[in-house]
Amino acid sequence: MSSVQTTTAAAGGFWRDSGKTGIGSWIFSTDHKRIGLLYLYSVLGFFLVGATLGLLLRLELMTPGRTIMGATTYNALFTVHGVVMIFLFIIPGIPASFGNLVMPIQIGARDVAFPRLNLLSWWLYAIGALVVLTALFTGGGAPDTGWTFYVPFSARTGTNVSVAVFGVFILGFSSILTGINFVTTIHRLRAEGMNWGRLPLFVWSLYATAWVQILATPIIAITLVLVIAERVLGTGLFDPGRGGDPIMFQHLFWIYSHPAVYIMILPAMGVVSEIIPVFSRKPIFGYKMIAFSSIAIAAAGSLVWGHHMYTSGMSDTAVMVFSFLTFIVAIPSAIKVFNWVSTLYRGSISLEAPMLFALSFVLLFSIGGLSGLILGAAATDVHVHDTHFVVGHFHYVMFGGTGFAFFGAAHYWLPKFYGRRYKEKPALIGWALMFVGFNVTYFTMQVLGIRGMPRRYYDYLPEFAPLNMVATVGSWILAAGLIIMIVNLWRGLFWGEPFQGNPWGGATLEWSVPTPPPTENFEEEPVVSHGPYDFKGAGVP
Amino acid sequence: MSHEEPKDEVGAKLGMWLFLFTELLLFGGLFILYAVYLARYPHEFATAGHELNVAFGAGNTVVLLTSSLFAAMAVTAIKRGERGRALALLGGTLGCAMIFLAIKYLEWSAKIGHGIYPGSPKLAAGPPGESVFFGLYYLTTGLHGIHVLIGGVLLSWIGARVKGGSIHAGDNVALENGTLYWHLVDLVWIFIFPLYYLIL
Repeated sequence: MSSVQTTTAAAGGFWRDSGKTGIGSWIFSTDHKRIGLLYLYSVLGFFLVGATLGLLLRLELMTPGRTIMGATTYNALFTVHGVVMIFLFIIPGIPASFGNLVMPIQIGARDVAFPRLNLLSWWLYAIGALVVLTALFTGGGAPDTGWTFYVPFSARTGTNVSVAVFGVFILGFSSILTGINFVTTIHRLRAEGMNWGRLPLFVWSLYATAWVQILATPIIAITLVLVIAERVLGTGLFDPGRGGDPIMFQHLFWIYSHPAVYIMILPAMGVVSEIIPVFSRKPIFGYKMIAFSSIAIAAAGSLVWGHHMYTSGMSDTAVMVFSFLTFIVAIPSAIKVFNWVSTLYRGSISLEAPMLFALSFVLLFSIGGLSGLILGAAATDVHVHDTHFVVGHFHYVMFGGTGFAFFGAAHYWLPKFYGRRYKEKPALIGWALMFVGFNVTYFTMQVLGIRGMPRRYYDYLPEFAPLNMVATVGSWILAAGLIIMIVNLWRGLFWGEPFQGNPWGGATLEWSVPTPPPTENFEEEPVVSHGPYDFKGAGVP
Repeated sequence: MSHEEPKDEVGAKLGMWLFLFTELLLFGGLFILYAVYLARYPHEFATAGHELNVAFGAGNTVVLLTSSLFAAMAVTAIKRGERGRALALLGGTLGCAMIFLAIKYLEWSAKIGHGIYPGSPKLAAGPPGESVFFGLYYLTTGLHGIHVLIGGVLLSWIGARVKGGSIHAGDNVALENGTLYWHLVDLVWIFIFPLYYLIL
């Protein structure tokens, strides 16, 4: 092994060993690592688009009244910001990029179960994204419905909703195929000795995620088909004037879209469960409970969609049942947080970039999760429903949670796959700015929401002006941090110092293969004899 | 590890079954709507349901069940190495698929001829429950019809591979998966038929 470890960075591994270079060897590759990187660049590109739109939205809200754009543009921008961030960045985000890169190696496999299907997933993603983008610039213009496409407005607005919705339908297909591929891979391709109790927690989280992708996504698919039918055929299934019921749209939409937030957050929790033990130099605390809680979150999270609809006119019984079930989800989530904290306890903690992002996740996710309980309780939700409190909550969980975990994963795993590393100091500065800017932006939003500022409104009362100014300034700090982080990663991974071996002492299988990993991943089929956090068993110094 | 790994048939079938779950859930959304709107408009659903022609529905049920039988027999035939017979049986399945679509075409044309189609002035003038019923009817049978088409294309491609010899007695998981898909198309119809034609 040691002779292979000296492969010079960036000149070896799957980048070169097949002898294939050029764009065709990437966009038609069935190698899970190349597909993972294709996804990584795609989702990162859309993240930057979505982030720019978010910055523009904050800029518009900096002062009351018109600041930089008109009301119609504002409606289109918050819709496109949501659609891009949700469907093009955060849902495929961690599973399709880092899941594809790392998961097969972590279970000791050569590739996923269906490599060609994997490539098809990426192509469907690319086509879906293209269709969504087409919707923005053609026909009646970018959709102005919000990313939730609520009827009756989405059935009537003159903007290009049908095309956008069709794009999201294709993206759903891509997500389903990835889910099927991952479940089959984890069942069938584990190496000898890699039993379910030795599965890395990132793999457990991807497994739970994949089931949600399989079971929930078809419901959004049919719902979107129904919206198109409303618009094109005029079926009237959601039109009260013709006997339909718009509340049924909300039910169908959230039957998918609530479990979808677990598609977004579970893989992030998996990333954190990998990073924390490695940088605490201590086996994970409560392995079984963390693995179990991933499944529990996926299962319980599929039954709570009604908590988006407390003010929709749904029956009181339904409200109480959904509220109760929502509180149940808090239990497995808290199990994870307590286990991470227990792992840190008396660990030899090393505060390097991946760890800082993982620790931020724990804090920001906790804030987001607790504010989620305020929304999950029907009595309080009625007061903060559709206010900036919801926007703040959602961004704490999705950006503070999944976003930070995504960047933690980038700092943790990408050097392994590029064979070069980023500089530590700019990484720390970038992280610090992001962390401060994030809290200034979104905590302020939560306060604004408690004080009664509605979401999605173009204008606001003068008493909200000072805090809106604060939130907008926060978004600039956040953006500065993001730019520093991405530039540092970019420069480091392509031109940085060589990255060799296993400097952080990880015990999962990806740290035992050469850097960068060869196309075949393993020189010979691995036989696993130790657990994923058994640092002594793995012989890590 | 550059050697060719043996084909994982269990894995291939597992993947197919997972995909079939997603198809069931896709139709599940429409069945949920059916259940809710049936509870809300029982009388209108009954009136509208009686306008559907049971003979068309029953005929199509027989045609689809027969097609599924042919598909299952094709799998048995290929496992015994009888390529010619497997091809003939697959041809039978495809023939049934075409008959199904032809009957569906006649049925829809008759309805549309009577001014019953989504968004039609006749439905708009009638009770809202009936408009909802026919909206669901067209969407559900339409989506099912699209699945019959997809299944037909899939089985034709598989038939071509059987003919070309890449699917044979030793390696036939693609044919098995294709017929699994076909059985799903059949199964969904088995639920559509009583819900729209019989119980109302």
